[in-house]
This record gives sequence, structure tokens and C-alpha cells, in this order.
Amino acid sequence: MRELTDGSTAIVRGALAAGCSFFAGYPITPASPILMRMLAELPKVGGVAVQGEDEIASLGMCIGAAMGGARAMTATSGPGISLYSENIGLAIMGEVPLVIVDVQRLGPSTGGATTVSQGDVQFVRWGTAGGYPVIVLSPSSIPECYSLTMKAFDLSERFRCPVFLLTDKEVALTSNTVPVDEYGEVAVRDRKGTGLAEPGEVGGATQAAETDGSRVYRYEPADQVPPMRLYGEGDTVRFTGSTHDERAIITKDRSTIGALNRHLIEKIEAHRDEIEMVEADLEAGAETLWISYGVTAGAMREAVALARQGGKRVSALTILSLWPVPESAIERAVGGRDDSPNGAGAVERVVVAELNHGLYRREIERLAPQMAPAGVEVVGLHRIDGDLLTPRQFLETLP
Amino acid sequence: MSTMQPIGAAGGTTITPLSTFRNETPYPFCPGCGHSTILDRLNQALLALELDPARVVLVSDIGCSGLSDQYFATSAFHGLHGRSITYATGIKLARPELEVVVVMGDGGTGIGGAHLLNAARRNIGITVLVFNNFNYGMTGGQHSATTPAEAITSTTPGGNFERPLDICGTVAANGAGYVFRGTSFDVDLAERIADAIRNPGFALLDIWELCTAHFVPNNKASKRTLAEMREGLGFGIGVIQALERPEYGAAYRKAYGIDGAAEPRRSALAPRPVEQRFAARLDRRFEIVVAGAAGGKVRSAARTLVQAAVGSGLWAAQRDDYPVTVKTGHSLSQIVLSPEKIEHTGTSGKPDAVLILAEEGKKKIAGLLPGLEKESDLFVLPAFADVAAGKASRHVIDPAEAAERTGSKVGKTELALFALTALVARIDAEQGLFPPGAIEEAVRQGPAELVEKNVAAVRAGIELVDAEGTEPAG
Repeated sequence: MRELTDGSTAIVRGALAAGCSFFAGYPITPASPILMRMLAELPKVGGVAVQGEDEIASLGMCIGAAMGGARAMTATSGPGISLYSENIGLAIMGEVPLVIVDVQRLGPSTGGATTVSQGDVQFVRWGTAGGYPVIVLSPSSIPECYSLTMKAFDLSERFRCPVFLLTDKEVALTSNTVPVDEYGEVAVRDRKGTGLAEPGEVGGATQAAETDGSRVYRYEPADQVPPMRLYGEGDTVRFTGSTHDERAIITKDRSTIGALNRHLIEKIEAHRDEIEMVEADLEAGAETLWISYGVTAGAMREAVALARQGGKRVSALTILSLWPVPESAIERAVGGRDDSPNGAGAVERVVVAELNHGLYRREIERLAPQMAPAGVEVVGLHRIDGDLLTPRQFLETLP
Repeated sequence: MSTMQPIGAAGGTTITPLSTFRNETPYPFCPGCGHSTILDRLNQALLALELDPARVVLVSDIGCSGLSDQYFATSAFHGLHGRSITYATGIKLARPELEVVVVMGDGGTGIGGAHLLNAARRNIGITVLVFNNFNYGMTGGQHSATTPAEAITSTTPGGNFERPLDICGTVAANGAGYVFRGTSFDVDLAERIADAIRNPGFALLDIWELCTAHFVPNNKASKRTLAEMREGLGFGIGVIQALERPEYGAAYRKAYGIDGAAEPRRSALAPRPVEQRFAARLDRRFEIVVAGAAGGKVRSAARTLVQAAVGSGLWAAQRDDYPVTVKTGHSLSQIVLSPEKIEHTGTSGKPDAVLILAEEGKKKIAGLLPGLEKESDLFVLPAFADVAAGKASRHVIDPAEAAERTGSKVGKTELALFALTALVARIDAEQGLFPPGAIEEAVRQGPAELVEKNVAAVRAGIELVDAEGTEPAG
């Protein structure tokens, strides 16, 4: 059985299936359908959805609600991400789980409200002060909008950090035919079950009598994520966006600051393998590897089929987890590893295809020297005129 | 304090009274600064209300007053400058049973002005204490939204040229449940803070005080000059407003029937599969562009077509394009049909079929018309019979002719559906697409009140093509 639907609907369904209980957002094309659907659907499952007075208030409300125990989500487009910036930093610092949907449109500035783009791929990663890591997932089809929204909620609980779902106008708003059995379910971790720290050590009953000095965070071991303490559940809970110790008290102690900031990095970087998600379609003997993500990966997959029909070898890699960069999967696709289809020999050329001026390509270029010491050519296939890259444009990159 | 009624005792729960909501850390504020006094009054209010510290969240802003939460043994949230009201709103909506108290300065009030007045409009059940000392104390005594006219600050060396914000007037005019203006010197301040917390809606206390580091030395300010300043401005004192208005969260939960005990209902947003009742003959990717005007039901007609295609076993995608002004200008639908899964929803710019319904749409696609090859089919209403369109085969769809044959006129709102059906019928007859009868089935799945008119339009489209005769496919 097949249905006609769009990415926005799949994202809302995914959020509801993941147990989302709070949504706040501000109208913006092309993300408004998500706002309106959440306003319509969330009350039906006992949740709260609000239109904030602006993007700043919307994300602020999400952070407050998440600290009260809600599974929170917001949705916007590039101009709204600009206004989210300060609160993204707050959510990183306070270790708040939440999901931020970015339905990309053409920039810069107000740009083209109804025009497709993938111009936010670096912005969502580096859009707040400090450069500390976030997780960014990017669906390349409507079913992936559903499953990756669920995955985004799960990873936000697992790592206590904002997780972006980076999509675009074309995937979110264009109706397409979807077999209903293609919606993959993802188990979403319960918030109380997030903990890797010793039970009772942080949170839990053993500290019930302690009202001051309670540890609400934990920085050692640096990569471990403590269970979350929620307002209204048990004892008092402190939260601060300022540099703080494990009791959320502002500190200027260098060893504590270092431990906090290392923890914010390590809890994600040391667990890249849990986040890394790609779709690899690798062919032995291929000289060219196409790399893409989001809507552009759809054109790439059609191009792969056309190329092989024409007797040409080509490999393709769809990146679903853009940040942290899935370096291991990219290295395997490029080759030069025992588990690569090409064995010890790398592909000769990597084509990174995206609807911007080569923003994600720099991540592949950065990896090239270590992936293929003998050299691999990294080239870009771009479009910044507001239209999609086509399968034909992919085929033209083959020798 | 003896006149105050504890609310924490309501409902029969026994709560052991605390001796203080403060922790043991001494305040860090300058000698003579009003912050310490106001925080002591807040402590007294919380004691009088006999609240559980874990049920109180103290949300602090930025600046000297932003340090406040660290001296309390309640739950606490210290966020970004001017945004404290937004965090408090989120906490209150997620946890309505908590008492959420915001402590902010006049700086936070100014930068977060939009949040202030929207919180008042919502009447969200939080309590805001504005520590109003007329300048930014922590960052060097710069002027704020409440700095009096002519006052000297580090950023108004020639005197302030701006009128001070009437915080109470602003939130009162916008529906705040409880509004109070006073000073850190008021003997009844703790009682008023308790009153504010008791109010179920948005409560704000604008508490005037002295910044002894900056404002006092720069302006020879004192308790007396504060009073003179207030009188000069004509700002009220004491309780400015006490309203009974529905609190936002309570109104929301009531409207949607949400209460903690109720079983959550399931969202109805489940997949809606299209039943396949017809068999398509299309054997390649086929692109259609429908070019009409806003209000012409272009998008819904296109949606009906793609639904019919899916009901015939095809894969279909639809992308709509229209200007931001929804009710004027062009309305385009780009349709892709294929016997195989559609991974790339983009269109080639060389559509297999084009339908022109309106001048606005014709203008929008003017660029692609000259390049149409002879394999493309152009369908137009009689008004566009002469449009130049490359080498495309031209078909004029005449609703008058259809009316003559069927005896009923095609209405304006069904014109797009009628013409699209004629397009499908002709392409199907000549090249093999999908049965136009599938469109009638799709219409029958649509809104009941439209079925009769839409079915008539679909039948008129089919009849028009049948009557004209076609060259069969193959």
C-alpha cells in the first residue's frame, strides 16, 4: 500500500511516535506546516504546542519545558536558526535534550522563502559561540523524515544535547508516493534511562535530603552522560548557562572549567560510532564516488541506476548523520581500507554534490590526505540558483 | 506577615515549615544596593506561603540580579539575557504545579521587552520581580529602558534623551493578572510578593531601588528622589492591577480536555494509503506542468490527479509554486508520474504535457514554452489558443463544447479539474497513461459536499475527449 504525503507530515508523525510532548515555533516558510500540524496534533496526545512571539521565545520555551521533563521540538528555517543561536549555546551548555528542525531555504538573509537550498549545513554545526559539538541528521526521503526524527529524539536523550534534523523545502513540502511499510520505527530511549553514571550517584533517592550542593552534572569520565534531573521530580534542581561546576554553581576554577568543556566535547566525539549513519552503495572497481545528503541524494540514487544501466561503475554515499562527520564511513567508501570494496586502492575521484557553494565538501577535503595518501581528487557539484541538482548533472561528472 | 494565608497548606498536606529558603552563601551585592533587601523579602514571601523548595523554580536573568538564584535553596534556572520569561513559560507549561518566579533587572526587561508584553497578554502563571535600579550595574552603569530622562549614565554623558519605560503600565494594558509598583524600602513588599505568587496569572512587581555603585553617585539619587521621579512621570504606586483572567496553560488544557489523569488520545495523523483499483499503462517518467492562477483550484486538481495516478499503481510527486501573496498571482503545480519510485522530484524543464489555465500561470512558464519539442503536448483553454509553444502539439480544451455535449456547464471552481481530466484522457488514449476514470474515484474520496460537482467536471472532461476522437496509442 502506498500513500501520498510530504516530509513535513512525516516529521510530525515521527515526533509524535517519539513521544514529543512540547513544541514551540514561530511561523516561517517553509517550516510553517510543521508548526501548524504540531499545534493541531499535540493536544490530542496530551502535549502542549505554542506559537511563540518570536524564534528566541520559541526555543527558550522548549528549553524550559525540556527541563520540566517534556520531550521538546521546534522547527524553523535559516533566518530562524539565526535567532536560535544564543539558545542553541544555552542548550549545549545546560545539556538539554531537544530536537531542532531546520527546513532549509535559499539564503543569504531572507533569500528565497519558497526556494530549495542546502546552505545551512555548516551553520547548524557552528551557529553558536564556542564551537562545541551538536548532532545533525539529514533525511534524504520522506520515510527517513519519519525515522530520523525519531532517531533525533533518541540521540538527544542519549547525549543530552540539541539534535538538528536538517531538511529542506523540497523534501518537506513536495508530495511524493511512499509505501507505508517503508516507515522504519526507531526505539527512543526513556529520559530516566539515559544515565551511564552510577545509579544514585547523580540524581536518584540517595540525594533526596540534600538541597544545596546537589550534583546535577558529571564531568568525569568525560565521555559519560549523567541522568537528567528534572524540575518537579524529587529534589531541587539547578541549571545555569554560565560556566559551572557539577552542582550548576558558577565557577572560575580552571580545572572544573576544563573538565566541563572537555565533557561537552567528549560525550559526543567519543561516541561517534553510535551516531554515524550513512547509506553506502559501493561498487568494486568504481573510479568515482559520489557523496551527497538530503534532497540531492535522491537525484544521486537515480543517477546511480542510470549509470549502471549504461554499464558504468560508480559508488555512492548518502550521509544521514552530517555532524559529527561520519569519517569512518567516508574513509571506507573512498577506499584504501581492508573493508572497502576497492580494497587497498582508493577511488580516483570524489564528487561532493550539494545545493550550496561547496560547504560540506571542505569536510571531505579535510579528510582526503589521511584517507588516500596517494591522492584523491575531491571536486564539488553545486547549484546555488534555487533549483535541484539533476541525475543528468551527476552523470556528467563521470569520465 | 501575620495577615498572609499560606497556600502551601491547602489541600490538607502537612508541610514542615522551613526557617529559610536561603542557603548559607552570603549575598555578593554592593553596600546599600537594594538587591539584598528584595531577596530577603522574597525569602519571607516564600516562607509565608510554606512552599516546598523543590516546587519553586527561581529563574534568573543576567546582570547583578542574575546572581540571585545562587543564594536560594530552591530549584533554579539561570539563562540568557532578557529571555528568563521564555524559560519560565516553558517550565510552567510543562509543569503547571510548580511556582515559577523570575528575577530580572531593568536591563533584562528592556532587551526582553517582547517577551514581557506577550507573557502579560497570555497571562501565563509566572511571577516576575523586576529589580529596577535604572541602569546596568554589572557592566559599568550604562543606561537602560527605565533610565529617567536627563539622567547621567556612562552611555548618556549628556543626559538621557529617552523616556523611561512604564513597565507596570505596559503589562497592565496587556492584561497581566497582577501588577504592583513599589520600592525596596516598602515594609509590605514581602506580602505583595506573596500576593503576586498567589495570583494564578501573570504577576509582575516593578521594584524601584538604588544602584549605589553607579546611579546614586552619578545622579545624587536617594529614596526621596525616586519618589519625586515617579510623581513627575505620573506613574502609579502600589497595586496597579488585579484581574481575574484565565491563565494561559489552564485555558489551553481546558480547551483541549487535557488533565493529568486522562488517557492520552492517539494522534489521527496515521498514513492514509490510496487503494489501487485501476491499472496504468505509463511506461516512462512523465512530467506535467499545470499553469493557473490563485483561486483556480490548481493545486487541489493536481492533487486529485496524482491521487488517481497512485490509485492506478503509478508513483507520483507534486510540487506547487505560488507567490507569498496567496490569493493573487500564479499557481503552478508540477507533477511527475512514473512506473518506478521517484527519488528525484525535480522537473526537467521539458515537460511532456503543459496545461495553461490562466494568464498569470502562462506568464510564469513563459520561459519553458519556446523550448517544447514535438513530443510534448500543450493543452490550453480557448483564450490561450494562439500561445506560442515551440513544436508542441496543441489541444484546445473548450468548456463550452463540453457543456453542449453534457448539457451542464463546468463551473469556475471545477475548471482546473475538468481540463486536467481532459488532458489525462487524451494522453491516455494516445500514448497510454492511466485511466481517467481513476480521477472520478479520487474525487469520490474527497470532501462529500464537492463530490457531485467534481464528478460532473471529470465526466465532462472525459466526454470531451471521447467525442473528439483520438489516435490510439501504439
